[in-house]
Amino acid sequence: MPEDWENGGFGLYIHWPFCQAKCPYCDFNSHVVAQIDQRAWADAYVSEIARIGAETEGRVLRSVFFGGGTPSLMDPDVVDAILTKIRATWPIANDIEVTLEANPTSVEAGRFAGYRDAGVNRVSMGVQALNDADLKALGRLHSASEAMQAFDIARSVFDRVSFDLIYARQGQTLKDWEAELRQALGLAVDHLSLYQLTIEDGTAFGDRYAAGKLRGLPDDDVAADMYALTQGVCEDTGFAGYEVSNHARPGCESTHNKIYWKYGDYAGIGPGAHGRLTLGGTRFATEAPRAPAAWLSQVRQTGNGDLCRDVLSLDDQFAEFLLMGMRLRDGVSVARFSQLSDNILINKINGLVEIGMLEYNTETLRLSQQGYPVLNAVLRKLLED
Amino acid sequence: MTDLSHIRNFSIVAHIDHGKSTLADRLIQSTNTVADRDMKAQLLDSMDIERERGITIKANTVRIDYTADNGEAYILNLIDTPGHVDFAYEVSRSMRAVEGSLLVVDSTQGVEAQTLANVYQAIDADHEIVPVLNKIDLPASECDRVAEQIEDVIGIDASGAIRVSAKTGIGIHETLEAIVNLLPAPKGDRDAPLKAMLVDSWYDSYLGVIVLVRVIDGVMKKNDRVKFMSNGTVHGIDKIGVFRPQMQDVAELGPGEIGFITASIKQVRDTRVGDTITSERKGTEVALDGFKPAQPVVFCGLFPVDSSEFEDLRDAIEKLALNDASFSHEMETSAALGFGFRCGFLGLLHLEVIRDRIEREYDIDLITTAPSVVYHVYMRDGEMIELHNPADMPDLTHVDHLEEPRIKATILVPDEYLGDVLKLCQDRRGVQLDLTYAGSRAMVVYDLPLNEVVFDFYDRLKSVTKGYASFDYQMTGYQQDNLVKMSVLVNDEPVDALSMMVHRDRAEARGRAMVEKLKDLIPRHMFKIPIQAAIGGKVIARETLSALRKDVTAKCYGGDATRKRKLLDKQKAGKKKMRQFGKVDIPQEAFISALKMDS
Repeated sequence: MPEDWENGGFGLYIHWPFCQAKCPYCDFNSHVVAQIDQRAWADAYVSEIARIGAETEGRVLRSVFFGGGTPSLMDPDVVDAILTKIRATWPIANDIEVTLEANPTSVEAGRFAGYRDAGVNRVSMGVQALNDADLKALGRLHSASEAMQAFDIARSVFDRVSFDLIYARQGQTLKDWEAELRQALGLAVDHLSLYQLTIEDGTAFGDRYAAGKLRGLPDDDVAADMYALTQGVCEDTGFAGYEVSNHARPGCESTHNKIYWKYGDYAGIGPGAHGRLTLGGTRFATEAPRAPAAWLSQVRQTGNGDLCRDVLSLDDQFAEFLLMGMRLRDGVSVARFSQLSDNILINKINGLVEIGMLEYNTETLRLSQQGYPVLNAVLRKLLED
Repeated sequence: MTDLSHIRNFSIVAHIDHGKSTLADRLIQSTNTVADRDMKAQLLDSMDIERERGITIKANTVRIDYTADNGEAYILNLIDTPGHVDFAYEVSRSMRAVEGSLLVVDSTQGVEAQTLANVYQAIDADHEIVPVLNKIDLPASECDRVAEQIEDVIGIDASGAIRVSAKTGIGIHETLEAIVNLLPAPKGDRDAPLKAMLVDSWYDSYLGVIVLVRVIDGVMKKNDRVKFMSNGTVHGIDKIGVFRPQMQDVAELGPGEIGFITASIKQVRDTRVGDTITSERKGTEVALDGFKPAQPVVFCGLFPVDSSEFEDLRDAIEKLALNDASFSHEMETSAALGFGFRCGFLGLLHLEVIRDRIEREYDIDLITTAPSVVYHVYMRDGEMIELHNPADMPDLTHVDHLEEPRIKATILVPDEYLGDVLKLCQDRRGVQLDLTYAGSRAMVVYDLPLNEVVFDFYDRLKSVTKGYASFDYQMTGYQQDNLVKMSVLVNDEPVDALSMMVHRDRAEARGRAMVEKLKDLIPRHMFKIPIQAAIGGKVIARETLSALRKDVTAKCYGGDATRKRKLLDKQKAGKKKMRQFGKVDIPQEAFISALKMDS
């Protein structure tokens, strides 16, 4: 019998932890530094690839994702060194997806051709908003027109281009958002990520919010209306939502992110990177130290960038399988969750079907249109004791 | 033994914070009863809760040796009484055990309602009363005005009031002299059969029950066999002594003396305050008058937040009950709250003290249901049922009528808040009995239903008067009224723990306030939830809690799985603080907050 992870496949995540500036809403592991020794970083990534490659020999690699931070600050030579090492380590799927997150500035667009030559075949651009005032409020360094120029370059260089927008912003009305969304869909190539602004603890927005100084955020009802509108407009334009916040033309979904959501295995390399790896029949959660300097020196000195490697119990796996998998429009496979859990879920499922939150048949469990916006409540119910 | 003429027994009557404990400490200290190194503030209040709240729950006593200015040695016995209305009966017994009282009034504040209640108890007990004006060291002290107020309000001569600062020690010597010269010596016959009053009792884990006694006639000695007249039980005295304030053995206790005995008694329940103790053989035939067993007047349900702690709760309640004959309990099952106990208390303070002790000393989180009074339900067949729990209300077709307990409430309040106080009392179905002035303070007396007071009357009174009102009450009896049981339905299911007895005329307002409050207290669910208040089958108030519309994490990628899983685990733990009712989760604080009315 195949191992559970094989249902999701195997991918590799590379974390580049540096940004030119920290955005006030971002709680990702990103750092602003004056100087980066790109060569040293390339060596560390290559060393980590070798280490993990030895443990996962023979697996077919379906995707590589350069995330951050701002990976478009990487020297194309570094990207090339990493991808060269990857090709030498694993058998590569014919349709491998290699994505790099990019900021839409002219400087970074200048490196796009270099990334393509190294093997990147998809970019995901952090456009975030289509007007200058809101970009400024979000702490972005680019203007709307600069973003459009960078976006045009990306389209000419790569076959596959995605971009992110943040909505439910301060002072944004339902009408404002609809206009912006329609404009974005007009530009879109094959994929869009549309995130509602979330105020996270430990960010500048989080501090301002706690102090009562972040005003004009839409309330939950307006946010719910915005979410429903987004789903409808995108679907009508051929960009159906395939995940809570992700939309694609049919067949253009992100291979890499689907590995996460289908609860496959993924190696995480770089500061603060997380991984899920099934080794010798046991599923592990791995995590690397968050501070860039700490990770780099650890790799150099010990040859292992992981901070910890924890065994995931069957209950943990089941919770993760559900909390990732239920994000997908297609839901999760009933056969898989029956194997991961001996919990009797059927009463909970039936109760949620009864109130219109879930759709359930012998093969698939998924959220209804109505259940989608309250996914967390559905998960709490499914996973309660 | 000490000659009766050289004994003085007294209590101190005072309002909270007027300096009773400080004065007691100073009397003890100035007579070298306690070495300075053993002195700690408020020597006599031994429980944490007593110290924190500045109240005395159990009677304490101390024996002080004092050589007066006339050169004679005296024994002074101070009984420090509970100062709260809930313990009025205990106060009355302590008062009967002594011959005089010091009436301590804060000279910066004046007479308060509680002072009144206790001073009337002292007058009832035929005490000689010595007024003491305390805190004269403070700039706001107004001795003449307060002395005049004592004369006006209480009607005793205050011209010779002793001026004291318990804090600095001014007037302490004068107070001791007044005790010797103004208070009467006890009377009693050493050769008569033993007759002693059980003043109070409490449990000690080493000695068993310790019984505080006042000997009226006869003598008690170690190894004597004594009989408790209310239940006929006989015990051999293991240990006999006095408090200084530590226990000190003595050979005997004779007439006029106050001390303790232990007699291998396991339960405080077996020792009833006010009981008469006599010899097993040739004892007195005539018991002291005024004895009555304690009657709980306020009831509520106590449930463990974590249902697995039920046995711990049982254990805690049984231990506390051993030491408190006035606290009753029986097991109760609630559909909403699971297993718990229906408990009876002497009053709201008693309830709070017991609840605090369970939470603190036994570390059990509790859900407390709405306090309820004891209703008398008269059935059509003539039978009368005492209703302790609205959930037990019999079928209305068999009920003829209901009666509820009423109280006489005395409130002293500065003039500027009088209007608000009158409105509060009217709103609570009060009937004004009296309204008089003492200086700039009004004294209002109201006849009120106890059930209107047990919810949050005292909190409301404090808030409308910014804390300047003082309040006391006594039970007056039962009266018929138009009372109904109001049920609360959440998602069409009755929530038993929220049902309550209300007056018919107040039902709509109560019901409305309740459903509005619950709407705020219950989190949104995935479906809309009707919240209704009903009398029988008739809905009198309704709100609808709309469905949750958005609760979804915008971003969740490979690096988020661990964090989101741990968050779900944490929420799972938080959910233990919710009670599931049908399909609805109700947070426990809803059970408490929903019952606090703002109007």
